[in-house]
Amino acid sequence: MLFGNQRARKGELSSPARFVSFALMKRTASTIVAILFSASASFAELPDSFADNIAAIQAIGSEGAGNKEATTAWQAIAKADGEAILPLLQAMEAASPVSKNMLRSAVEVISENELAAGKKLPVDSLGTFVLNTSGSPQARRFAFDLLSQVDSAGARKLVPGFINDPAVSLRREAVTGVMIAGKAQLEKDKDAAAKLYREALNAARDVDQIDEITKTLRELGQEVNLPKHFGFLMDWKLIGPFDNSERAGYDTVFPPENEIKLDATYDGKGTAKVKWVAFTSADEYGMIDFNKPFTSMKEVVGYAHTEFEAAEAGPAELRLGCKNAWKIWFNGELIFARDEYHRGARIDQYILPIRLSKGTNTILVKACQNETDESWTVQWEFQLRICDSTGTAILATNRKKAVVAPPAKKK
Amino acid sequence: MKTNFFLLAGIFLSLSAQADWLNFRGPNGSGFIEGNKNLSTELSEKTTAWSVDLPGRGLGSPIVIGDKVIVTAASGPDQKELHVICYSAADGSKIWERKAWATGRTMTNKKTNVAAPTPASDGTHVYALFSSNDLLAFDLDGNPKWMRGLMLDYPNASNSLGMASSPIAVDGTLVSQIENDSQSLALGIDTATGTNKWKMDRHKGSNWTSPTTLKLGDQTIVALQSNKGIHGLVPSTGSQFFHFNKGASGTPSSVASGGKIYVPSNGLTAIVPDEKGGDPAVLWNESAQGPGTASPIFIDGKIYTINRAGVLTAANAETGDRIWRIRLKGPFSSSPVAAENGHLYIFSEKGIGQVIDITGAEGKVVSEIELNDTILATPSISGDALYIRSDKKLWKFAK
Repeated sequence: MLFGNQRARKGELSSPARFVSFALMKRTASTIVAILFSASASFAELPDSFADNIAAIQAIGSEGAGNKEATTAWQAIAKADGEAILPLLQAMEAASPVSKNMLRSAVEVISENELAAGKKLPVDSLGTFVLNTSGSPQARRFAFDLLSQVDSAGARKLVPGFINDPAVSLRREAVTGVMIAGKAQLEKDKDAAAKLYREALNAARDVDQIDEITKTLRELGQEVNLPKHFGFLMDWKLIGPFDNSERAGYDTVFPPENEIKLDATYDGKGTAKVKWVAFTSADEYGMIDFNKPFTSMKEVVGYAHTEFEAAEAGPAELRLGCKNAWKIWFNGELIFARDEYHRGARIDQYILPIRLSKGTNTILVKACQNETDESWTVQWEFQLRICDSTGTAILATNRKKAVVAPPAKKK
Repeated sequence: MKTNFFLLAGIFLSLSAQADWLNFRGPNGSGFIEGNKNLSTELSEKTTAWSVDLPGRGLGSPIVIGDKVIVTAASGPDQKELHVICYSAADGSKIWERKAWATGRTMTNKKTNVAAPTPASDGTHVYALFSSNDLLAFDLDGNPKWMRGLMLDYPNASNSLGMASSPIAVDGTLVSQIENDSQSLALGIDTATGTNKWKMDRHKGSNWTSPTTLKLGDQTIVALQSNKGIHGLVPSTGSQFFHFNKGASGTPSSVASGGKIYVPSNGLTAIVPDEKGGDPAVLWNESAQGPGTASPIFIDGKIYTINRAGVLTAANAETGDRIWRIRLKGPFSSSPVAAENGHLYIFSEKGIGQVIDITGAEGKVVSEIELNDTILATPSISGDALYIRSDKKLWKFAK
């Protein structure tokens, strides 16, 4: 019996099914539920104060609020034995990022104390927790690391099952494994190698892995559509330049912030009249370069507008890379703004949670260019994609199919 | 010479109760620590007490509290795994390690790293700040005291090149410069609770300098450097005590000694803050003595700077007049440090450690070691031993 994300690599799981130290692979779903119930029961067997202490840690607020109470709670929790580990991992689900780190420290200390006392960690419960893909990705990875600490070989047997895991750091381990398998085939069977690398690419979400896999696939004569893999939005309407003298344009409300009229003409910087122009990126990493339609300019503001047709409503992430000052409106709402110029850019530099509406969603990007004249301050551009929390591209239903991916070049 | 050292000793003793190296560039952020006369002037295999592998890169210096050496690191594909590690000063064995997930953006220039700031301590706790603006407080046994995600509190407080300013703990307040192009601020954080005692908007602009402290009358003042100059603040309240408004570098930090501050400003400028506050007087300015990345250091009446070409200059601290200069093997991101043994210690980016005898009429390199690893961190001195971290290792040198 296979569970959740393990189905994708069924063939490789026949061997882990004999992995008896966790006794997980042979268990039925009902057995896992039973284990989880058992874990909840163990939570109930802990002192009444345990839940209160977890709640105190979960209550750490902004600007350090609640840390004093959380510290007291932490000190009590850290004295617990191994029975507390699973409830603490589960408590990470409802914890803020800071609280999660405090809980992590508690598990670290309890684990260290248990091992120092010659006791064993609750490997079955930990294994079940790792395999429950609805859990916190960070907590699951942490649980996997604990398992690896006490049974490295056993934990490694779980790795192939992570190939489509929502926890990107676990998925990365599985992708690495497939890449290694593909590399081993390169000199023996190029078709087999290509198949493995394609499988790795389909699963890969980390940019360094995607780049390495793409390079090898192309050396094998395979086509790779990187813009589609990442989900970069390639087709936009651009307008500019507006004035950004003395960087005042960042806070100046130019007409596109009040209305989107794609046939309108406005007063731009100086005496220029500006209007929307269509722009399709030919860059593999989806760069939307204002310098291309408007020529290289300084002290200017440009806007980019697009519509994203979503097949269904739901949570998503808008991921941006930009080295100019910028603002972003999603469905008319300003969701973030940043006035930093030319300190660097990369894919997924900024991750902004959004909620897609079924049908048409609008995106407006304001990109500001400053006055500096160094060669590394020429760029007036951004790259943007929409994906889920794992970095898996969510493709618009109105995405053009004929985007041609040019050969790899510098990002 | 003795008199000056005793004078220094008095100042340092009043601010640091023990001969620990508690923050970036040690006592008062000066790079100089009293005593340690038996610190080896030879860096070699023979004087390598121990070295240990680190779990990730970092630029922050090790700090030394009693018999514990604490260092930070960041690991993982996007540097999202943060480490605070405590080693035994005696043998390099790991005493404890705590890990945390970065809660803020971890993007940095490839040269630098998320573990760029040096942690700070007040002797009882360690406060580890990262470029992601995660700020983690632990006791000396690795138990958390409090945790902050400053980028969660202040979402635009980041620098896409990376943050590097190191905090300093002064009289129950952790002073942190979270300065950048966008949401630039300084914080005075209660070391007991992790909450803000004060929060101050700061000049927008990249700033990788770290605060230094100095004694003015009976007050300890913390000096915050930025492109706008130096603001002297009362640590517990953040209230301004003085302002030097002639601008300053955003990379090498100032050094304070004997009631003066030597500021990387228009080259190097010596200023004299008034005990009663107000604008400091300018004692001298030498445009030719501007430091590169390494911060200046004051030792026994002389101010030492290393320029971008790797030239070490010794100047009269009262006049700014150059006394001697020698070329070292650079380039340097690390700053020089010294103890009371008449020698200066500096490590190049290429991993070359150099010991310079500064007691003669000219400076002289008396020892070199190649550690064969990138070193961007500043060394630390405590207990007649020198500690340095490279990209991959932490080293201890002692007789």
